[in-house]
Amino acid sequence: MKTVYADNAATTALCDEALEVMVSCLRDNYGNASSMHHSGQAAAEVVAQAREDIAKCIGADAGEIYFTSGGTESDNWAITNAARLGAKKGKKHIISTTFEHHAVLHTLMKLEKEGFEVTYLDVHEDGYVRVEELEKAIKDETCLVTIMYANNEIGTVQPIEEIGKICKEKGIYFHTDAVQAVGHLPIDVKAQKIDMLSFSAHKFHGPKGIGALYCRKGIPLIGFMQGGAQERNKRPGTTNTPAIAATAAALKKSCAEMDKNIEYVSAMRDRLIDEIIKVIPRTRVNGGRSPRLPGNVSFCFEGIEGESLLLYLDLKGICGSSGSACTSGSLDPSHVLLALGLPHEIAHGSLRLSLSEYNTNDEIDYIIEQLPLVVERLRDMSPVWEKIMKGDN
Amino acid sequence: MAYSAKVMDHFENPRNLGKMENADGVGEVGNAKCGDIMKIYLKIEDGVIADVKFNTFGCASAIATSSMATEMIKGQKVEDALKLSNKAVVEALDGLPPAKIHCSVLAEQAVKAALADYYTKNGIELDPAIFGNGSCGGHCDGCDSCGIEG
Repeated sequence: MKTVYADNAATTALCDEALEVMVSCLRDNYGNASSMHHSGQAAAEVVAQAREDIAKCIGADAGEIYFTSGGTESDNWAITNAARLGAKKGKKHIISTTFEHHAVLHTLMKLEKEGFEVTYLDVHEDGYVRVEELEKAIKDETCLVTIMYANNEIGTVQPIEEIGKICKEKGIYFHTDAVQAVGHLPIDVKAQKIDMLSFSAHKFHGPKGIGALYCRKGIPLIGFMQGGAQERNKRPGTTNTPAIAATAAALKKSCAEMDKNIEYVSAMRDRLIDEIIKVIPRTRVNGGRSPRLPGNVSFCFEGIEGESLLLYLDLKGICGSSGSACTSGSLDPSHVLLALGLPHEIAHGSLRLSLSEYNTNDEIDYIIEQLPLVVERLRDMSPVWEKIMKGDN
Repeated sequence: MAYSAKVMDHFENPRNLGKMENADGVGEVGNAKCGDIMKIYLKIEDGVIADVKFNTFGCASAIATSSMATEMIKGQKVEDALKLSNKAVVEALDGLPPAKIHCSVLAEQAVKAALADYYTKNGIELDPAIFGNGSCGGHCDGCDSCGIEG
């Protein structure tokens, strides 16, 4: 059976360029980048070049990039650091949104327990923050605004530049979790006035376990672990040369081919959405259609449950994901779908298909052929669908 | 979290799937808000479950436990079917992930609810020792009737 991989928001396949440089670092350029000898210095050169390349891709300076283990670590670090800086000035108010990734939400919850106040902005039915609501939420004590660049479940892209402008005017730090956006959308941290930005390499065909935090020059950054002097004394731990080199290779490629990829992937996305809502009744698209991540497709199908949908699709070779309670391991469906105001019973029937430039139009045809059959099979056995059809619901 | 081969088999090829006209007993338990609803139909002849059908809205383990439960009670005497426990369903499926145990509880309750309906239709009083105070209302928040989290 052929695999149709449509879960690129979860992770992506490694690109050849990243794989090759990774293998060469592991096999040949294995020195410790902190060592003085020529073997170590060869590794240090690879890391320095990678840092340059990565910085250029997002409009930053090399000195503003700190390598981490990925998006979660970068989010934790950026938010905690900004909160500490705020607290020193007696500013203990943070603004975020209700549909952030748990790496952000759980960090904020921890800070709330430590006495910080957090305002969670509504993302409305369409999954977009309203800039005027952000402005209204700002207080004298606000030290940080942390709003994701694009949502991982529903793909809505937030008004980052406008948020950056407001924060700059008010002198408030602005952090964005850009895990879903880097390598997929054009980003310029200077033009967009972003103070801190988190990203993860495996979302743009890089390796897992590596990411970075961009932290604007001038913002004091305090490390949260004790150890060696790596990452300019901010983030100890032996430099992960192979992963860093592979991140740079993947990001350079993604950015060089970005315009082409956006056009190709968003055309597949739109065709998939348009066909499915035409063919399957009582289907809704989660989140506004534009601006939206090029690869994000998110549906709710009434009368069925997401985990069984996911697993029946898997039996057809199609890999997707769901925000149903059963896949989240709790009684509640995804907080993102609930943040849109969807009732539980609708949110249970969610399906996310996330595409990349590795997908083909033949694969989209196959999904368009199989998905309605799977939804129909589940609706045929669903007492909830029976009630909907009888008009009791 | 991985399902056993038995769970996947019953999910892929559910036994006794469907609806039933003129059933002698019908039971529906669960709540769409919580993500699981099971409906079981019984045809009873001479005190024996001659046929059984089910419809389920829910995850793979909800479908698999419904399928297994119907298979286990088909051909059984009514009083024996009443003894079906969620534990027996879990064992027959070679286990369920901890977060999915509640599906087996729902399957047991669906069978009991269908049998209660059969008794009621036939003017037989329900024994509270067996049927308790009825099936789960599906209000998972703060409910401790099945005693299982998640």
